[in-house]
Amino acid sequence: MSREVFEVYKGSSDYVASESLKNAVNAAITLGRPLLVRGEPGTGKTLLAHSIARALGKRLIVFNVKSTTKAQEALYVYDTVRRLNDARFGDRDVSDIKQYIKLGKLGEAFASPEQVVLLIDEIDKADPEFPNDLLNELDEMSFYIPETGETIRAKHRPIVIITSNAEKELPDAFLRRCIFHYIEFPDPETMEKIVKVHYPNLREDLLKEAIKTFYKIRSIDDLKKKPSTSELLDWIYVLLRADVSPDKISKEVPFINVLLKKETDFHYFVNNYLGKGSGLLRR
Amino acid sequence: MFTGFFYTLRKHKVPVSLTEWMTLMDALSKGLAQSSLENFYYLARAILVKSEALYDAYDQAFQEYFKGLEGTAEIRDEIWEWLQNPLVKELFTPEEIDAMSNMSLGELMREFEKRLREQRSRHDGGSYWIGTGGTSPFGHSGYHPAGIRVGGESRSLRAVKVAGERRFKNLRRDVILDVRQMEIALKSLRILSRVGPEDELDLEGTIDATAKNAGELELRWRRSRRNTVKLLLLMDVGGSMDPYAGLCSRLFTAANAATHFKDFKYFYFHNCIYDKLYTDMERQEWVNTKWVLQSLDSEYKVIIVGDAMMATTELVSPYGAINYSDFNETPGIVWLREVAEHFPYSIWLNPVEPYYWDHTTISMIRRIFPMYHLTLDGLTEGIKRLVARR
Repeated sequence: MSREVFEVYKGSSDYVASESLKNAVNAAITLGRPLLVRGEPGTGKTLLAHSIARALGKRLIVFNVKSTTKAQEALYVYDTVRRLNDARFGDRDVSDIKQYIKLGKLGEAFASPEQVVLLIDEIDKADPEFPNDLLNELDEMSFYIPETGETIRAKHRPIVIITSNAEKELPDAFLRRCIFHYIEFPDPETMEKIVKVHYPNLREDLLKEAIKTFYKIRSIDDLKKKPSTSELLDWIYVLLRADVSPDKISKEVPFINVLLKKETDFHYFVNNYLGKGSGLLRR
Repeated sequence: MFTGFFYTLRKHKVPVSLTEWMTLMDALSKGLAQSSLENFYYLARAILVKSEALYDAYDQAFQEYFKGLEGTAEIRDEIWEWLQNPLVKELFTPEEIDAMSNMSLGELMREFEKRLREQRSRHDGGSYWIGTGGTSPFGHSGYHPAGIRVGGESRSLRAVKVAGERRFKNLRRDVILDVRQMEIALKSLRILSRVGPEDELDLEGTIDATAKNAGELELRWRRSRRNTVKLLLLMDVGGSMDPYAGLCSRLFTAANAATHFKDFKYFYFHNCIYDKLYTDMERQEWVNTKWVLQSLDSEYKVIIVGDAMMATTELVSPYGAINYSDFNETPGIVWLREVAEHFPYSIWLNPVEPYYWDHTTISMIRRIFPMYHLTLDGLTEGIKRLVARR
């Protein structure tokens, strides 16, 4: 069996990728399909694209999706008003429509002379029809501009990473064309690795205590918003700056407001878990 | 190849399409499984399964299909050793090896097992092939076009084991419902119409106006499309609803956080709707139900959340309310009918398992409101009903 040679993503020094994630990334690269990544907030969905770009030495193009984003904007924008204006005042030769066409992020990725990594961030934020509108373009990796009669075709299929928080929003036809990966919340061992990437010189006892306490707080079911990785990292930063001794961490949970950002969660935790003698999280 | 796995997946309600299946075949032919079942497990999951809610079903299907591998750890090692034996060549004709390439992994394993057993008996009988001094490394890979190498690393068992752990059980869509998921479900509750400020260029209109204006540029704008859905949430609180309080509060949080509604109103009731609707969960402050019906137009989409389980008298008798303070002259069921008539788009979400829905009052209320189970699937179905034009 002949095997074509593809670039293989093995993770990068600043990003801890699980086997299954690397597997999915490589499948997406080899098959030339978009990779859809889903997972709880703070599990590193967006950072994955950065890591891939860095590991493979490619340029990263970020397309941040907002609630008002239209699929068309991803491809190109035709500045009609400006052209009308120019026509009216005769500033420029308006017969050249090309100068009024501005490529969007997707168009930019296709037009790029070398292969790029394209991150479509938080695709679920946009209108539910948004992914469907880009279906064909992502499939064919080309699109047609009727105004100029031009077709923008990708010279190299970009590596497309799509992140989403949502569950149901994405249409089936779209999903069928994607490779999918769900990033699980890291287990304590993986979390240790992640923390070490950010704080290489962290004291072992502080790390252990902080992670233990963090997972205990996460195990409280009644919290409205459970703290995520980024909050843990912030918290450790604060603990370091304040020079908190490790044995205090699980007993007093200093700076708990860094972990619990919702007021109700904060009060719930303080009332039910703190100040009930010394045992607090030990129970 | 592995076509059986395809059907096993479908049997476990993993909606695998042919497109995805062909993609998987493509991936296998490119050697992406790297000849290990563990990699195959992840690869097939990435390509075939598009929601973490289905991971559990996938695990089950995987386990079922590949369970032929379970308990064969020792046999596998034996096959491995046995394959190292140069004499094995004499065991299989090239045709047989060819035929094997068409087998699924499970079949292949069974075939090997069978051969192994035969081989053993011969061996026990003092057959010819013991004690070889052969050194020829008989090929262990490449016989399977899928690239799964039998007798390779024993990782394959790990994959089946991973599948067996069923770690994604909690993510099944029919089980949990967190705020985020509800928000997303509620997001589809929308109807777009052109309202609000004029912020979209109307190109046709602009050209028309400009032409009429003798070429003097005149820009025309129009309103962009916005959601016009107004939502009214009525929730049963206290008593038998207490076990579901967490669930209801999550739904409330989600509805309250959703910013895309034109208007969102909510009231509480206890067991059934009577003359009063409460504005707080403690049911101290209230407004008249009549007033609500009068002041809210019938365009409001109504979601009622409650277990609909009560004494029959509470529903059908005057003064039947369990709270004396309610002192209702009109039976609850009349109120419910009035709500249903005033708001044509209304649904009832019930946290109680549908298994119990033949309960007297539940079945009576079901005749008035379309009832859905308060799960993600139920909520989604219900919302579809709310936006469908009737």
